[in-house]
Amino acid sequence: MLSIKGLKVKLEEEDKQILKGVDLEVEAGKVHAIMGPNGSGKSTLSYVLSGKDGYEVTEGSATLEGEDLLDMEPEERAAAGLFLAFQYPVEIPGVGNMTFLRTAVNAQRKARGEEEMSAGDFLKVIRAKAKDLKIDADMLKRPVNMGFSGGEKKRNEILQMAMLEPKMCVLDETDSGLDVDAMKLVAEGVNALRTEGRGFLVITHYQRLLDHIKPDVVHIMADGRIVKTGGPELALEVENNGYAGILSEVA
Amino acid sequence: MTAMQATTSETDDLIAQHRIEAEGWSRTAREDALARATAMGLPQRRDEYWKYTRPDSLTAAEPVAAALLKSDEAPLFDGMDRLKLVFVDGVFDADASDDLSQEGLEIELLSRAEGDLHWARDLYGTLEARGQKPVERPLAAVNTAFAKEGVLIRVTGKVSRPVNLIYRRNSDSSDVMLHYCVKVEKDAEVTVLENGPAAARLNTVMEVDVADHGHFHHVRAQGRDHERRAATHVFARLGEESFFKSFTVTVNGALTRNECVIELTGDDANAHVAGACVGDGDFHHDDTVFITHDAVNCESRQVFKKVLRNGAVGVFQGKILVKDGAQKTDGYQISQSLLLDEDSQFLAKPELEIYADDVACSHGSTSGAIDEDALFYLRARGVEKHVATDLLTLAFLAEAVEEIAAEELRDAINDRLASWLERHRG
Ligand SMILES: Nc1ncnc2c1ncn2[C@@H]1O[C@H](COP(=O)(O)OP(=O)(O)OP(=O)(O)O)[C@@H](O)[C@H]1O
Ligand SMILES: [Mg+2]
Repeated sequence: MLSIKGLKVKLEEEDKQILKGVDLEVEAGKVHAIMGPNGSGKSTLSYVLSGKDGYEVTEGSATLEGEDLLDMEPEERAAAGLFLAFQYPVEIPGVGNMTFLRTAVNAQRKARGEEEMSAGDFLKVIRAKAKDLKIDADMLKRPVNMGFSGGEKKRNEILQMAMLEPKMCVLDETDSGLDVDAMKLVAEGVNALRTEGRGFLVITHYQRLLDHIKPDVVHIMADGRIVKTGGPELALEVENNGYAGILSEVA
Repeated sequence: MTAMQATTSETDDLIAQHRIEAEGWSRTAREDALARATAMGLPQRRDEYWKYTRPDSLTAAEPVAAALLKSDEAPLFDGMDRLKLVFVDGVFDADASDDLSQEGLEIELLSRAEGDLHWARDLYGTLEARGQKPVERPLAAVNTAFAKEGVLIRVTGKVSRPVNLIYRRNSDSSDVMLHYCVKVEKDAEVTVLENGPAAARLNTVMEVDVADHGHFHHVRAQGRDHERRAATHVFARLGEESFFKSFTVTVNGALTRNECVIELTGDDANAHVAGACVGDGDFHHDDTVFITHDAVNCESRQVFKKVLRNGAVGVFQGKILVKDGAQKTDGYQISQSLLLDEDSQFLAKPELEIYADDVACSHGSTSGAIDEDALFYLRARGVEKHVATDLLTLAFLAEAVEEIAAEELRDAINDRLASWLERHRG
């Protein structure tokens, strides 16, 4: 599904290398988790995959079902099936949440040559999915993420993911800022989308989320590289012992 | 009077170009206005409130030619139930207009009004003259002196059907002055709409006298006429618990100077002035607003948003004057520009002058670009870059458009802005 090979990335503005050769393969139907110390490059990886400005790829490649992601505009990547749940969802005053989501859903459909969703159908679908995530109608009417609490913003990300039905979901610390109940809701939202054809890359600091979203593979990222890959037990090891042991082991 | 005209006629300018032709009820007001204009002199670049906008093309004897724009877009308020008054290059077109009778309104053309229209005689030139202090507005006095056409409207009841002043032009060099007097009597209510390309060079004055508990709504579209130049003035005086709302949308136009001068003279009165403009390239748009609070517990709002690209220039000069004794004044003013590139420019001069101690006044002015994080967020969800930019631009303008009370009008204006954005992409 998602294939990253030898990816090296520096900042456009300054001579700072952030990703120093990332190799990662996420298969369809699988959940991969990435853990790693603050500043190790996890969010940078998610931004580079989704096409944010300010980064320069100096080496390597990233493909989605064989298509070169790095060559596409951000909206083309989204239409190709990539979704990023932001670590810090952006507030957009003046743009209604509903308008935004309907524009996004139909833009992707159009780009894929599919028929647009009617206003009525859209309303029906979004109401049902919002209810599952305990997002009330009032929040849908408000401008995108404006005045949402931290947890509400994260739930809104999952709602967007559920509406857009991407092939490859990258979740950047979607668990941070969530209370215990909200974490369960979000995990249920993610699990509901787990299908044969869909891949997940879940960036997190805590084992807790992985109790609910059981990963198939866990990667440890440090200083711009994947330094260790293992099964779910690797997350437990981090939870219990921190990164010191793992990092000294690979050094 | 004739002596004064003789001296100015030696210079080749706007004043020298005209003679007072009207006889009858407005004659004295016109002669007074000419005396005012002559004493003030026409606007000069060195004048304090003309620093950012060159007055030359507005004060010259002849207008700069302005090519006619062909557009297949339906005129803005088409389809709405309204009383239509059509002016073609400043000349009333009776065939295209509705019958000038409507319950709750006395309505007459300036060129036809004869006899004892005492309310009009009392109003014509009066608010314009009051509005000359402390800041001079010579172009308005020139209009009072020489305007050949216009409309006199007296509102005696709650009128739900708007009066629509519709402009058309067939000449690339028409030079038009129109003068409107609107007297809203106690408890009465009216909506006045203006739209369409009026002239190569347009000078309008609208004097609005709102009595106690009266409501006046004004929605104006200065649109789709790239090369035209316009200087407009709205002068308003507001009685107790009255409501005044004026909104202007401007899409393109080589030069626009919109002045709005409002006096809140009755307690608990409300004045809202707002504008949304979008300009691409050869576009200079100037909003100059002066609001005087001279009564207790009044509210005023100024909300102006400008979207500028390809060297377009936006100007905002807005003042709130709170007189001694005008306690509990609530004054709000915001002017913002969205610069879609680095060639465009926004010049703002917000002013507060307060002589009462128990008031709440705020003003803010900002200039910025499209928010890159918001743009990326939208694109990451699949929204194409130009669509995302348009969404964010409309969101920026929304605060001004929301000042329009009627939803139908708000939607019509939003559609206009959206289609402009679509036509003027990157
Ligand atoms: N635009 C930028 N300008 C300057 N430094 C940047 C920029 N983007 C990333 N960095 C730096 O790159 C490094 C990696 O940042 P990144 O946000 O990817 O870390 P992370 O692994 O997501 O950390 P966290 O767990 O705290 O979210 C950090 O040192 C960060 O300061
Ligand atoms: Mg991060």
